[in-house]
Amino acid sequence: MKQFTIEPLLGSDWQLGDGISIAFTNSALWMAITAVLVWVFVAGGMKRQLVPGRWQMAVETMTGFIDDLLEANVGKAGRKYVPYIFTLFMFILFGNLLGLVPVGLIPGLHAFTFTSHFTATGVLAIMSFSIVLIVGFWKHGPHFFSLFWPANTPWFLAAPISLIELVSFMVRPFSLALRLFVAMMAGHVLLKVLASFVIAGGGAGLGLGVLVGVPSFVLMVAISALEILVAGIQAYVFALLTSLYINDAENLH
Amino acid sequence: MPQIEQLSETLTSQVFWLLVFFGLTFVLVGLGMVPKILGTVELRDNQIAGDLAAAQAARDAATGEEEAWRTRENANRAAAQALIGEAKAKAAAASAARLAAAQGKLDTQLAEAEAAIAAARSSAMAEIEGVAADAARDIVARVAGANIKAATAKAAVKKVMAHG
Repeated sequence: MKQFTIEPLLGSDWQLGDGISIAFTNSALWMAITAVLVWVFVAGGMKRQLVPGRWQMAVETMTGFIDDLLEANVGKAGRKYVPYIFTLFMFILFGNLLGLVPVGLIPGLHAFTFTSHFTATGVLAIMSFSIVLIVGFWKHGPHFFSLFWPANTPWFLAAPISLIELVSFMVRPFSLALRLFVAMMAGHVLLKVLASFVIAGGGAGLGLGVLVGVPSFVLMVAISALEILVAGIQAYVFALLTSLYINDAENLH
Repeated sequence: MPQIEQLSETLTSQVFWLLVFFGLTFVLVGLGMVPKILGTVELRDNQIAGDLAAAQAARDAATGEEEAWRTRENANRAAAQALIGEAKAKAAAASAARLAAAQGKLDTQLAEAEAAIAAARSSAMAEIEGVAADAARDIVARVAGANIKAATAKAAVKKVMAHG
């Protein structure tokens, strides 16, 4: 579990006001690396050529992907959320993928996946949820509460359903944060467990090494590929669900 | 699980730095770059659409031009055809008239020639009768020693010739 441990790297006594520690930790470092890499990636596509090169094509594919996502889920009004959803998607995607890069091969370095911490995913989820609330009440005022009241339903059914709707609505930030955190952590724990099998099997002699170590290693390779897929899927799911929630606020039924 | 064990000591740091770096990314990349990239894509899409529309317009214009050219060509052809027909009719009429004139001339020439032939024949016939009558008189004078009148000889010759 050491890979999830947060260690202060700089300014362990930095504070905001009284007792609010803002030490620059390894988690913060990887957030910074993610931010820089996202910036580098997108900046590489800023040549704005009429006939795009490979890099520009890649960046335009990503922005077009988010643009299409919002167009499909929110409609024309979704255009203004492209910067936020794009940043969210790229930040989570790069964070997830960076945690899978085997920098641990270099002695003294340790990869860290900040998306495997619910403190980080929680902030992202609360941001998305806040945008939904702000947009919803800004556009519709108190009428936004009709989100919980199913249309064309008799009142004796609508009352319990609205309660369920309210609960499911309030659960959204938690499900959003926990889904990403659990998926990333589970993958890393699984790889860790299998890696410990490889080490223990190898240490227990040739017979057990071949019997346990080799299959575990093969499984690790396969699960590493799966983890890369999960890294993309979780970033996509986060962006997709955020855009769906924004759709509720934009286009209230 | 460090996520829970370290929660109280790292929460503020995590939230702070995530907000800092996500905020920086959002401002620099999301607000600064993404609209420009989307603008580039839109510009390109518009240019492609414009080029396609221009090509379509040029094609339509060319089709229209060809249609106009075809109608003009058809009109020209019809006019030429009419001109040819007229000229043909005129030429036919002229040649018919000339043929008729030539025919008339030929007919008169033929008639004249026939008349001349007939006249020549009748005169030749008369001469032959004369010669035959003279010959008959000579023959009669030599054979029979009789001197017959010219008129008698002539009558006799005529009778024989009429019998053929």
